[in-house]
Amino acid sequence: MSENGKLTDGTNGQTAVKLTRKDFQTDQEVRWCPGCGDYSILAQVQKVMPELGIAKEKIVFISGIGCSSRFPYYMNTYGFHTIHGRAPAFATGVKLANPDLQVWVITGDGDALSIGGNHFMHALRRNVDLKIILFNNRIYGLTKGQYSPTSELGKKNKSAPMGTIDYPINPLSLAFAAEATFVGRSMDVDPKHLSMMIERLAKHKGSGFLEVYQNCNIFNDGAFKNFSEREVKEERMLALEHGKPLIFGKNKDRGIHLNGATPEVINIGENGKRVDEILVHNENAPEPNLSYILGRMQYPEFPVPMGVFRAVEKPTYEHMLAGQISTAIATKGAGNLEKLLNSGETWTIN
Amino acid sequence: MSVTIQEEEQNKTRPQTKAEEVETVTIRFAGDSGDGMQVTGTQFTSTSAIIGNDISTLPDFPAEIRAPAGSLPGVSGYQLNFSSRDIRTPGDEPDVLVAMNPAALKVNIKDLGPGGILLLNTDEFNDNNLKKAGYPSNPLQDGSLSGFRLFQLPITSLTLKALEASSLPFKQQERCKNFYALGLMYWLYDRPMEPTLKWIEEKFGAKPEVAEANLMALKAGFNYADTTEIFTTHYHVGKAEIRPGKYRNITGNEATAIGFITASQLAGRPLFYGSYPITPASDVLHELSKHKNFGVKTFQAEDEIAAIGAAIGAAFAGHIGLTGTSGPGIALKSEAIGLAVMTELPLVVIDVQRGGPSTGLPTKTEQADLLQAMFGRNSECPVGIVAPATPADCFRMAIEAVRLATHYMVPVFFLSDGYLGNGSEPWELPEIESLPQMKVELRTETEGFLPYLRDERTLARPWAVPGTPGLEHRIGGLEKQNITGNVSYDPENHDLMVRLRAEKVQRMQQDIPELEIFGKSSGKVLVLGWGSTFGSITTAVEQLQEKGESVSSAHLRHLNPFPRNLGDVLKGFETVIIPELNLGQLALLVRARFLVDAVSYTKVKGKPFKVAELVGKIKEYL
Repeated sequence: MSENGKLTDGTNGQTAVKLTRKDFQTDQEVRWCPGCGDYSILAQVQKVMPELGIAKEKIVFISGIGCSSRFPYYMNTYGFHTIHGRAPAFATGVKLANPDLQVWVITGDGDALSIGGNHFMHALRRNVDLKIILFNNRIYGLTKGQYSPTSELGKKNKSAPMGTIDYPINPLSLAFAAEATFVGRSMDVDPKHLSMMIERLAKHKGSGFLEVYQNCNIFNDGAFKNFSEREVKEERMLALEHGKPLIFGKNKDRGIHLNGATPEVINIGENGKRVDEILVHNENAPEPNLSYILGRMQYPEFPVPMGVFRAVEKPTYEHMLAGQISTAIATKGAGNLEKLLNSGETWTIN
Repeated sequence: MSVTIQEEEQNKTRPQTKAEEVETVTIRFAGDSGDGMQVTGTQFTSTSAIIGNDISTLPDFPAEIRAPAGSLPGVSGYQLNFSSRDIRTPGDEPDVLVAMNPAALKVNIKDLGPGGILLLNTDEFNDNNLKKAGYPSNPLQDGSLSGFRLFQLPITSLTLKALEASSLPFKQQERCKNFYALGLMYWLYDRPMEPTLKWIEEKFGAKPEVAEANLMALKAGFNYADTTEIFTTHYHVGKAEIRPGKYRNITGNEATAIGFITASQLAGRPLFYGSYPITPASDVLHELSKHKNFGVKTFQAEDEIAAIGAAIGAAFAGHIGLTGTSGPGIALKSEAIGLAVMTELPLVVIDVQRGGPSTGLPTKTEQADLLQAMFGRNSECPVGIVAPATPADCFRMAIEAVRLATHYMVPVFFLSDGYLGNGSEPWELPEIESLPQMKVELRTETEGFLPYLRDERTLARPWAVPGTPGLEHRIGGLEKQNITGNVSYDPENHDLMVRLRAEKVQRMQQDIPELEIFGKSSGKVLVLGWGSTFGSITTAVEQLQEKGESVSSAHLRHLNPFPRNLGDVLKGFETVIIPELNLGQLALLVRARFLVDAVSYTKVKGKPFKVAELVGKIKEYL
């Protein structure tokens, strides 16, 4: 922020008047079910936006289909509510057309991982600078209660009255496989952590992915409560901090030790276990192998890790595209229609 | 590169014996897909164009990249028609067939007219190849070819002999045989070798031994024909009366790509092309990706849906959003086209049609996606549809598609097909000044801005793109309230919006040209066509008109909406015949719209209409 209270626009250096959370709210009535976790995510995004110092007109929210995908209607920025699963494709087009824009993708577990699995994967591996937030409630809400690709095996629901026989997919594993340059996880019920993660995602340059555990109080209420409730969360969740050992527990006495390629929980001091045997988190590791191991840790065997798993830099797609265009102009000259039409072998009839 | 040939230079290589004048010749080169027949065909074409013939071509290649050598599926062909008069088709049947192996003979011989010239490479007529082609006996010996003027030459051995001095490996020497065959044909049809010699030098400049070998093979073929007099006579096809101007030979797919680049320049908006590789549309992607110096952004997407999704995203962000594919890809893009209709964004969808349904005949032509373009989406989902009539016309219609899409804020289909895309013809280069003025203005004024407030004349909504201060708004696939663009479930509003979207497309009529009639505006028969059938229809109708028959033709380049005078045009004739390479899709639309008892004449063989077929059909109604 500059001294006169004006923000420097992060994308093109223009100054903008200091915005507030209110500036990002629309006049549209928010229509999620009362008590839905989506409200919390919307509130945190609206809270973080003014802090970023980017003019509203430079921000675009793009969504697919599902409860979460109504999100753009509630953000007073540019927005595009597209078709099921394809938001990353539309967002890619917007970003490539105008790399000055900050482009967000709002998606859900069905939207991103089922019908849109292909686009999700390819947007991440191309390293287009998109900020993808996946609202994972492990259920289909808008279609009223069918199982989703993240529903746990055996879950009983409307379309699987005897329990699902679909093995769930881990969204983080997919993101690592696609070599996303930013991968994080947060939760609707922890606004402070959530806003911090949204800010990290916003500031990352490249394809960023944030999974948010989000409660659907109508069709899958309490999906995450067995590890996230206040009384148990310190024992059952693990806050990832770059450069620090992976320690958790009320008394900070437990940690993650890597035995070969297999993680295990150790109790510090017990059977001679030492702090220096605990894995130290490195979100900047070039290879996503360790992040992948962390991303697969599930309750009850392990504490559920929250935070930034991976944050690395590599050239973005749009940057390389712009580079090719500049090179083409430098070597061939700026496009000239007369020359274009006359290219190839021509002849004249008199 | 511009080629001009001095008369003296031409004379140097001209055979001394006098050539017999002929008006029009159709040659088909056929061989294994690795034999270089496409190169041979395009070289003959370029040379013919340069010396002033009118030309039209039809490449015909297999879907397999390299089917087993000598097999029937591996046969690749290239037909070209060249003439001293105005021609519009690649010719019904070849006068000359060059067959480089038994399989090529087997696949193509049925098309060669009686008494046609048949040149065979006898080296390839061994037991193994005859078996692969399914010949029970050797056609060179069993008399089955007695109805043709047969020339048997060991082209492979002759090529190798000519290259004795070459240091190239045997296999590479053998690959020069297509140039040997080309040399023979150049002598037979009195063509200069210079343009091809020049082309070889440029193409293989980095590999002098290869360039040298090809040059030697070409010259050897030419000289062999000249000195041995195997062809007792040779032919000359004079200059056609072509409108003065500057020309280049162009395929439909190249003209399409160049047309869209030109359109984006004329509109003053950058071009974004999202595409997924598919035959026969991929060449558009290849061509566009070469022109990044125009700021063209090409995006090879993960699939057809992502390709159009990105194009729509780019359109939202102020680019000319373009996506291109063939029929199966359109099926995948349908939902996204619906979104572009709902969000009223300018988008152009190229469909280079091919034989279907499903994977169908990927390398063969068909016109059977008209109804898919027209209706192939859920609910009432109108789009504009334009269709080029010839390879060079793809340029003009690409500009037209962008003009309509941006002017009316509506998706527009560009219906090309495999025949247009791969076929080529001379293109008279237009003067830049003569191209349409179609500069697009984006909305920047905040005062009075509403996302769905419409222009009175066109009903277009404003194009307000992200990045513009004060115009932040949200669009999407849910029904929109007219004017505000807010989500609306109101029944009255939905009814209004469905009608507005239809009306908007219909109103394009005020900006599209009237349908022209080729011939008199009334009479016995009107032949109504669209798309790539233009050449055959016009040639057939012209032949009949020259005989004094009461027949006219009209060709639709705008299929939705139709030109405003179409109904009146139809009324002038006793019978309307609609030839199409489908089962009567335009006929269905015309019959429904105008209550005209049109005759539907159809063919779905993956090949264009022959002029003779059309003449025969039209005669039934004269």
